[in-house]
Amino acid sequence: MCLAVPGKLIERDGESGLVELHGNRVPVSVVLTPEAALGDWVLVHAGFAISSLSEAEAMETFALLGELEEAGKSDE
Amino acid sequence: MSERPTDLWLDRLRRAAAAVARPLAFMEICGTHTMAAFRCGLRALLPDSVRLISGPGCPVCVTAPGDIDLILQAAQKPDVVLCTYGDMLRVGGIDGDSLEQRRADGADVRIIYSTLDAVDLAEKSPQKQVVLAAVGFETTTPATAAAVLQAQRRGLKNFSILASHKRVMPALEALLAEGDVSVQGLMCPGHVSIILGAGVYRPLAQRYRMPCVVAGFEPLQMMQTLALLAEMNQQGQARVDNIYAPLVREQGNQAALRLTERVFEPCDAEWRGLGKIGQSGLRLAAEFEQYDAAARLGLSRREGGEPPGCRCGQVIKGKQTPDQCPLFATVCTPTRPIGPCMVSGEGTCAAWFKYGRATAAGEAS
Repeated sequence: MCLAVPGKLIERDGESGLVELHGNRVPVSVVLTPEAALGDWVLVHAGFAISSLSEAEAMETFALLGELEEAGKSDE
Repeated sequence: MSERPTDLWLDRLRRAAAAVARPLAFMEICGTHTMAAFRCGLRALLPDSVRLISGPGCPVCVTAPGDIDLILQAAQKPDVVLCTYGDMLRVGGIDGDSLEQRRADGADVRIIYSTLDAVDLAEKSPQKQVVLAAVGFETTTPATAAAVLQAQRRGLKNFSILASHKRVMPALEALLAEGDVSVQGLMCPGHVSIILGAGVYRPLAQRYRMPCVVAGFEPLQMMQTLALLAEMNQQGQARVDNIYAPLVREQGNQAALRLTERVFEPCDAEWRGLGKIGQSGLRLAAEFEQYDAAARLGLSRREGGEPPGCRCGQVIKGKQTPDQCPLFATVCTPTRPIGPCMVSGEGTCAAWFKYGRATAAGEAS
């Protein structure tokens, strides 16, 4: 139920935004992340961005996940 | 192949567990952690003396039958469009029936992705009463609050909610205070903590000498969590470590907390398995009472118990494992679930059924 996925905020108009998620553009509400700016990364839960990261923080946070994915692939 | 970070943490976990030399039980509170732990095979890697037990962190599972019954009653009313998250569709109410059955009988039940979809639907369907059935913990509650505020802004008279949102901390406190579940550390829920902040666990850690780690959902984070919890036990410490920063901040998401506080106020609430817990639920604040679907549709709450034989209540508390339930994997299966822990995709029984039966057999032997 509390699933959430990270994506990059590419549009923002008041409380509405557009997030790029794995190549898809998904509308989100950014009412819970007033600090999120274009280019920031947000964690999306059920249509709402619940947390935001600067691009640099996101790269650091999610780069590790990318490495894990790669490690997983090389095991297969 | 070079040693991977998960192996390093597994090694630290093994060493700490061996040094502690007594059994350690760690509770993952969140249903998403339960599922993630099974999916990556975490349990199979644990040293014999370390157990991971599931806590009351699946919102579908802890919703009381009486609350589900209200949702079913609403769906049956003429001109009602009942909007719900997908995982509520198959949960049984007092008489064992579900929204899925209501829909088959002709009720207008829609699965929504975002609560704001329900508000849009109400705006587009002025002749209908749109009811948002909302369950969930702190992660999900702000979305319901946002929907109510949106409906108010748009002046919608045909939008209302049946909310049984729950607050994690009072339940956790109740579980630890009761003291009949032996736990030596908590894997704190990642996304609930984004909203609440890592700081909320500090008084708990102090009061119960309880090691806490706020974690994300990747195998590495979960393994690191278990290692840190074991090491805290070894060192006699009860810290709160936040390894899901910078997503989880010490003070949480203030915008989300303010939104929830504006629309809802704490109230006592009934949890399946745990019973009534003081201040563990949320009801609409007086200003927003007109959005209460139960009042608008004239619904009256009925009380009901567990399906006969079902041990979901014990499973939710971490007191029993699913395989100790006589119904598990015999008459209760994901295709024909009896109890909510089997219905929900993140329920402990569903996780055990999907991934854990081989492990369960191994543990029993």
